[in-house]
Amino acid sequence: MPDDLAIMNASLIHRHAPQVQEMIHGMVESIVAFHQGERTLALVGIQQKGVLLAEVIRRRLEEVAPEISVHFGELDVGLYRDDLAINPAPEMKPTIIPENLEDVGVVIVDDVIQSGRTIRAALDAILDFGRPRRIQLAVLFDRGQRQLPIQPDYVGERVDLPSDQFIVLKTLEEGEGLEVYLTKK
Amino acid sequence: MSWKSRHLLDIQSLTESEILAVLDAASVFKQVGQRSIKKVPALRGKTVVNLFVEPSTRTRVSFELAAQRLTADIVNLSTEASSFKKGETLKDTVRNLEALTADIIIIRHRSAGAAHFLSRFTQASVINAGDGAHSHPTQALLDLYTMREKKGDLAGQKVTILGDILFSRVARSNIWGLRKLGAEVTLCGPPTLVPKSFESMGCRVTYDMKEALADADIVNLLRIQHERQQRSMFPSLGEYSRFFGLNKERMDWIRPDALIMHPGPVNRGVEIDSDIADGERSVILEQVTNGLAVRMAVLFLVNGGQHPQELPSAAEETSQG
Repeated sequence: MPDDLAIMNASLIHRHAPQVQEMIHGMVESIVAFHQGERTLALVGIQQKGVLLAEVIRRRLEEVAPEISVHFGELDVGLYRDDLAINPAPEMKPTIIPENLEDVGVVIVDDVIQSGRTIRAALDAILDFGRPRRIQLAVLFDRGQRQLPIQPDYVGERVDLPSDQFIVLKTLEEGEGLEVYLTKK
Repeated sequence: MSWKSRHLLDIQSLTESEILAVLDAASVFKQVGQRSIKKVPALRGKTVVNLFVEPSTRTRVSFELAAQRLTADIVNLSTEASSFKKGETLKDTVRNLEALTADIIIIRHRSAGAAHFLSRFTQASVINAGDGAHSHPTQALLDLYTMREKKGDLAGQKVTILGDILFSRVARSNIWGLRKLGAEVTLCGPPTLVPKSFESMGCRVTYDMKEALADADIVNLLRIQHERQQRSMFPSLGEYSRFFGLNKERMDWIRPDALIMHPGPVNRGVEIDSDIADGERSVILEQVTNGLAVRMAVLFLVNGGQHPQELPSAAEETSQG
């Protein structure tokens, strides 16, 4: 993954904070519409950028749909990846999954979907914690180029980018909000 | 990622950041051990061999459970059951294990250097589970993990290691690891078991228990290893206990917030009195729990494919998520 230095060296802002906010508001609107009549919902962000995005989604959900109680989780899929025998062992972040997933709708949150392999790993990981009523997927960007039959339920934007470009989600240095950079590998 | 090796042979060849990589990964695996389903698929399809050419219960069981929790297949080979009895050399045994597609070999051996020797000719990853009086890296790592979990950053912490230092691979490995993380190490015990030469490893050596315990943040007691002593290094266990055993009276010399550790198995009434070993300040059983997490971390890290050291052109990520 590109680091902050790489962003400073070779990147351009792809979406400014107000545009990102608008995308997130749209996603939350759809999430609320789908969950009409449900009292709870579990948001599970994938480490690390998915957690960042999930936190913003949670705040917005609490604003527009206070009647839904939101359980929050963070998931590192490192132990479930399908490339462990090919690549060096990944560095891992904590996994904290809400208790009692039974009969709760889970929404997995990640910044970008491309191959679909991360989400495959996330599905296996979540099912080791319980049997949710359903699992859905929310992503800010869908880059296409899927290698597995996995599709998001809530999408901020579909984009078509050259394969050497990376989408990088960053929190604003001042104030709240997220902005999006493009960087070359 | 700072872990770069296919093997874990000793502590002295690890960098500080490699040690921290193991400890950080171990905290993730400790979480896994607290879930209702305590198993993850990280080593699915891999074969791990426990090659124990010296008796051991807790280390062997800990590695066995660690491998199972990672979904690896594990085979246990002990001195009694193996063809060492029939005169087969270590090299031949390992060649045969390779032919059975062993991916990771965990070795415990009475001779120092056995794990290094193995790593020079086998295709498998080698993990040293104790070689003579030389090294016991996973014990040191689990001790470091426990200390860091309880006391935070180890730089500047005062650690006293008490007892049989001379014959102890645990002591040597602990000293290396603690020094690399910046802790101050004091060694204490009978002069026959704590030679002054250990000062060259950057430790303070003292024969005065009171002085050794006075300002310690952590007290690590070691087992008296009867089996490694060819001749008697002190008159009797009773006398050892009288001069160096941790009892109620000596507990008053230790700071109230100091940790009491012991790698096990405990000789109750020799190194430590029973009620202290079972007391509130003792973390002996937590060390065992942490040992499982640390061994999962080590298995996970050595199993990682394409170690940068060996293959400079490690595969780049080709997709994003």
